[in-house]
Amino acid sequence: MKYWHLVTANLRRHKLRTALTILSVALALFLFASLRSVVTTLHTNSQFGGARRLVAMNKTGIVFILPVSYANKIKGLRGVRSVSWANWFGGKYGENARDFFPKFAIDPESYLGMYPEIKLPEDQKQAFLRERTAALVGKGIADKFGWKVDQNITIQGTIFPGDWTFTIRGIYEPSDPAIGDNVMFFHHEYFDERLGHAGIAGWFVVEINNADSAAAVAKEIDDQFQNSSAATKTGTEKEFQAGFATMLGNVSLLMGAIGTAVVFAILLITANAMMMSASERTGEVAVMKTIGFSNRTVFTLVLVEAGVIALAGAVIGLGVAKGFYPLIKFQGFGFLPGFNVTPLTMLWGLLLALGLMLASGLVPAMRAARLPIVQALRRVE
Amino acid sequence: MALVEIRDVYKSFQRDTQRIDVFTGLTIDMEAGSFTALMGPSGSGKSTLLNLIAGLDKPTSGVVRVAGAEVSAMSPGELAAWRARNIGFVFQSFNLLPVLTAYQNVELPLLLTHLSGKERVERVRIALDVVGLGDRGDHYPRQLSGGQEQRTAIARAIVADPTVILLDEPTGQLDAKSSQEVLTLLQRLNKEFNKTIVIVTHDAHAAERAKMTLHLEKGDLVEKRAAVSGAAR
Ligand SMILES: Nc1ncnc2c1ncn2[C@@H]1O[C@H](COP(=O)(O)OP(=O)(O)O)[C@@H](O)[C@H]1O
Ligand SMILES: [Mg+2]
Repeated sequence: MKYWHLVTANLRRHKLRTALTILSVALALFLFASLRSVVTTLHTNSQFGGARRLVAMNKTGIVFILPVSYANKIKGLRGVRSVSWANWFGGKYGENARDFFPKFAIDPESYLGMYPEIKLPEDQKQAFLRERTAALVGKGIADKFGWKVDQNITIQGTIFPGDWTFTIRGIYEPSDPAIGDNVMFFHHEYFDERLGHAGIAGWFVVEINNADSAAAVAKEIDDQFQNSSAATKTGTEKEFQAGFATMLGNVSLLMGAIGTAVVFAILLITANAMMMSASERTGEVAVMKTIGFSNRTVFTLVLVEAGVIALAGAVIGLGVAKGFYPLIKFQGFGFLPGFNVTPLTMLWGLLLALGLMLASGLVPAMRAARLPIVQALRRVE
Repeated sequence: MALVEIRDVYKSFQRDTQRIDVFTGLTIDMEAGSFTALMGPSGSGKSTLLNLIAGLDKPTSGVVRVAGAEVSAMSPGELAAWRARNIGFVFQSFNLLPVLTAYQNVELPLLLTHLSGKERVERVRIALDVVGLGDRGDHYPRQLSGGQEQRTAIARAIVADPTVILLDEPTGQLDAKSSQEVLTLLQRLNKEFNKTIVIVTHDAHAAERAKMTLHLEKGDLVEKRAAVSGAAR
């Protein structure tokens, strides 16, 4: 295109302004990509869950506990293949809030049996199962803290006070990102012992023989405990994850609303800057038309200029989002395992940039195309 | 047949409720190879006449023809393309695009032709040499003096070899020396290259360089005379 140097010359007119405009587009699109990725990651993770895994929790809510003794009763029900249980363990490692990662007390044998997505070498698995104070950690946190197998780590209990020392016997890699590579698992037995054999479980995971009977088995479990000290609420793992995601989702909805407002504010400022720089050039456009540039060519030049700014901003903003999060292994401090900027998000970002180009370029381009030469020149002279 | 024919042209502007009649039946001929100075008091319609010839504006009625083409009847799209081939225009000021070099400014009309990049380079070089700015191609307008800017604008006006060159007070903001340079250049273009030139000026000395002077007064042609000191054919 032999007019290209006209576009670049205009972009160089106010280098700082052009750079700032591009940067604000980049910032807006970076924010957009980040916020949308929170939503898509939550959604993807809410889809996680074996169709043959049910989760039974306290009917009152996930933060309430159940007696471990329920396990045997559930195991006896028809259609149930195996039962496992787990507790959420708060706890602090390191001083920084950013260093947080989830920690679960689990019944090791049954739990790993039910979660083939947790992958680790067989010898490490055996070592972990054998030892009461052993821990199994995700590769993500192992890399982050430089942990090695056979190393001791100490967690400061928060919900369950005291110093808790574990020996890392295994490092796993998840085959499904929704599991997260930043979780620490340890023996429920050790946990129970330190609590004076309280016999509590946060929730049960129930593997069933046949995915089609999920609803029936869930009802059977809940009926079983309806009149006990703690009634249960049982659903598929997918429903359980979806409930968890909804809780976070409400937060992210608010975040999303604020974020969208910020993105739009930035885009408006950008559009305004582009329109201003176009209106400064009324006289120049008139001169070009006098030389014989057609309305259509003038229109295209202004629009292409807006397009270059929008595209440059998009490439920077989306590129940084795509590269930055994997680089710092961002997982939403444990709440967004498998955080990922999807290709669809990139595409939406590009469409947003295209929309910005039209929104900010169309009006000045049309104005330039329609500019009556004589009037414009009289204003200039 | 004259190169530029203005036939019974009426032109009025509407300003608020007031109607300003600039031309009421103006008829003028300009021959090919002529060098015409257009004089007259401010507001007498000099700029309006140039705009009509260039097809930048339309007469209220009447006909404007250039080289046989009826400019006053063309559509905006046709006009743009026609202007690119037939008109070189120089204003009093703000001629050059500040973000482009002198070279790039002169090249602008050639971008609208089918000339190759190499041919364009050649033509721009020649045009800049003719106006005596062969060594200033990579200067930006703000790095040029007022006279050099106007000569660059003239180079741009001649580079595509148009039918007519129109200049609206090109020396209006120049000092005496620069004015002389520009006028000498125009005279040369007319004599050596046989360019048809119409120049609007307030300056009687400038008008003397032309072969023909037309005086407008309130939109009427009040005087038409061949310049005495202007080069006779
Ligand atoms: N676009 C326009 N709108 C309104 N009035 C105009 C316009 N162009 C010119 N005029 C009026 O027409 C008259 C002639 O203007 P112009 O041709 O610019 O005069 P000159 O160039 O001889 O000084 C003036 O009274 C001017 O105010
Ligand atoms: Mg004038």
